[in-house]
Amino acid sequence: MAQKVLDVKDLSIDFDTLNGTVKAIRDVSFHLDKGETLALVGESGSGKSITVRTIMRLLADNETITNGTIDFEGKDILKESKKEMDKIRGGKIAMISQDPMTSLDPTMNIGNQVAEPLRVHEGMSKHKALEQAAEVLEEVGIPNARERMRDYPHQFSGGQRQRIVIAMAIIDNPDVLIADEPTTALDVTVQAQIIKLLKDLKDKIGTSIIFITHDLGVVANIADRVAVMYAGKIVEYGTVDDIFYNPQHPYTWGLLDSMPTLSMNSDRLNTIPGTPPNLINPPKGDAFYARNKYALKIDHEKQPPFFKVSDTHYAATWLLDKRAPKVTPPESIQKRQAEFKKRGEADHD
Amino acid sequence: MTKKDPIVSVKHLKQYFNVGKPDEVKAVDDISFDIYPGETLGLVGESGSGKSTTGRDIIRLYDPTDGEIDFEGKNISKLKRKQMKDFRSQMQMIFQDPYASLNPRMKVEDIIAEGLDINHLVKNADERDKRVHELLHLVNLNEEHASRYPYEFSGGQRQRIGIARALAVKPKFIIADEPISALDVSVQAQVVNLMQDIQEKEGLTYLFIAHDLSMVKYISDRIAVMYNGKIVEMADTDELYNHPLHKYTQSLLSAVPVPDPHSEKQHKIIKFDHSKPFKDDQYLQEVTPGHWLYCSDEEAKQYK
Ligand SMILES: Nc1ncnc2c1ncn2[C@@H]1O[C@H](COP(=O)(O)OP(=O)(O)OP(=O)(O)O)[C@@H](O)[C@H]1O
Ligand SMILES: Nc1ncnc2c1ncn2[C@@H]1O[C@H](COP(=O)(O)OP(=O)(O)OP(=O)(O)O)[C@@H](O)[C@H]1O
Ligand SMILES: [Mg+2]
Ligand SMILES: [Mg+2]
Repeated sequence: MAQKVLDVKDLSIDFDTLNGTVKAIRDVSFHLDKGETLALVGESGSGKSITVRTIMRLLADNETITNGTIDFEGKDILKESKKEMDKIRGGKIAMISQDPMTSLDPTMNIGNQVAEPLRVHEGMSKHKALEQAAEVLEEVGIPNARERMRDYPHQFSGGQRQRIVIAMAIIDNPDVLIADEPTTALDVTVQAQIIKLLKDLKDKIGTSIIFITHDLGVVANIADRVAVMYAGKIVEYGTVDDIFYNPQHPYTWGLLDSMPTLSMNSDRLNTIPGTPPNLINPPKGDAFYARNKYALKIDHEKQPPFFKVSDTHYAATWLLDKRAPKVTPPESIQKRQAEFKKRGEADHD
Repeated sequence: MTKKDPIVSVKHLKQYFNVGKPDEVKAVDDISFDIYPGETLGLVGESGSGKSTTGRDIIRLYDPTDGEIDFEGKNISKLKRKQMKDFRSQMQMIFQDPYASLNPRMKVEDIIAEGLDINHLVKNADERDKRVHELLHLVNLNEEHASRYPYEFSGGQRQRIGIARALAVKPKFIIADEPISALDVSVQAQVVNLMQDIQEKEGLTYLFIAHDLSMVKYISDRIAVMYNGKIVEMADTDELYNHPLHKYTQSLLSAVPVPDPHSEKQHKIIKFDHSKPFKDDQYLQEVTPGHWLYCSDEEAKQYK
């Protein structure tokens, strides 16, 4: 049996705002096995970053955790002392945050910043730590890294800053790496290089990775398992093959359907019509109800539980209830599947 | 047939940083290109190759080291910041780093309406509110968001605030620096459809900087590929995707990840040799009609 390194149970988070309480995370549970990569995908604003920030215990002033536990090494992270947390954060659990600029100190040169985890967590000498920092900066592909160690964050491009944050996160070989859109600002060749670097890290020291991205091509490449989020909830999870080849939730269908592909030639992109619900008053039933053309009456009234599709695959949609009418995924999804299959067969020849 | 006059014309633009120091960077190194009214020029390429710097030069956030930038035939590269004010409502930029570009102490409605206020585009508070709400809906946010502060938003929501702000003043030309990379694919599709609708309605022109090559392919009429401060290739979109000539372009296109786990796991990327990318006798030249390649005269012959 795979060993769980991280276990998030029933997490719920509120934000206090002038307009009322935003119920941003609603009953989220998932786990991370040792050495696996879990991709967290889904709607922008669905709570991906908030969820992973909570694992690092990085909370905003107006944020309250109303329920839930996060087990790490047999202890609940949410109950750890501040001192204990300082040891874990950046050492055992490291994070590449979505906004590189907010995790970089504008007044400190990048050499010192990247070296800092080694100084703090390993007590390494400055000279040695800086030497390693230069090596890691070269590994993440900062040109002239050694010459530019004394430059400050604002002197780097968006993608370079992102790589500086990556260097800082991986320098101390974390057990768990949380990567919040680590490659969005990178060109695809550098992205491929970073993905390879993360995979090597995983093979070398068994790092477990939570990877948030909007790029489903990247998910296909790096993920072992995938969880799909919508409006503060996980709506479907399974292995990467489950999600790409046998998606069940209408939101997952909509998501897969919105992607343009290089081979595509159409005038207009598919979208999911409508907007996500206001989470000050979350809907009583399925939050995707209003935008779901396959919605049943019960979706309006009651939240769907997780239905089991297979041992690895679960989806929260009433369409999977025995009493529900049989629906087939949209034609465009089926077309994509057929294309996948064809390619898969061609690859075997 | 005469081609329309370009709305933006960039001539031999150079932008160097830390000049004369060991960490000198030639961020943009002698590039020239035109953008025609109503078109979308996609700008792609290596991270750190000078795409954002090019955008920032055009909108005059930087003073170019050398070269000329014309907007509607007028040289704006020597204008002082103050004189640029007249152009600000005609030219807007959506910034790559939404968090750094939104004033954290301002409410979203004031961020979006800033341009409206400065340029006196609304008569009274009611009209201002109405326009702000309209813009929020346009980018798939709602009026409840108007009174919030930037930190109360997700990355993708912030990006949309930046888009609403840019659209507010009804500019003629927008530099969109990674406007959609922070959004989920369905919102990406919405924003791209929206940008195209507005383009059709108002004849807008875009410089669209992005890394997502399938999105760039979809939205752009023409594409320029940057590498190491230079434009190495430029052509109509289909031509570039079907017949990439530069080794860097080929490498880039081969690296686009495919949303299909089985084929993605065996994905092979064409390697590009970064050690000696340029030779002295190479420059950007038109090798077939409309297809520009950074190469030597000798190399150009094989395509002509
Ligand atoms: N400090 C805050 N106060 C109020 N609401 C907040 C705050 N921080 C986040 N939110 C809200 O919580 C929700 C979840 O935000 P989160 O950043 O986790 O989204 P996300 O899934 O990471 O989105 P993206 O893909 O756009 O980065 C959003 O609707 C956001 O507006
Ligand atoms: N203020 C500055 N001082 C020194 N160097 C700078 C400055 N701004 C940018 N640079 C350097 O100029 C080069 C081009 O940066 P630019 O931001 O234009 O790249 P980009 O193509 O937009 O990259 P990305 O795709 O990563 O955003 C980079 O090497 C960067 O480090
Ligand atoms: Mg996020
Ligand atoms: Mg940039």
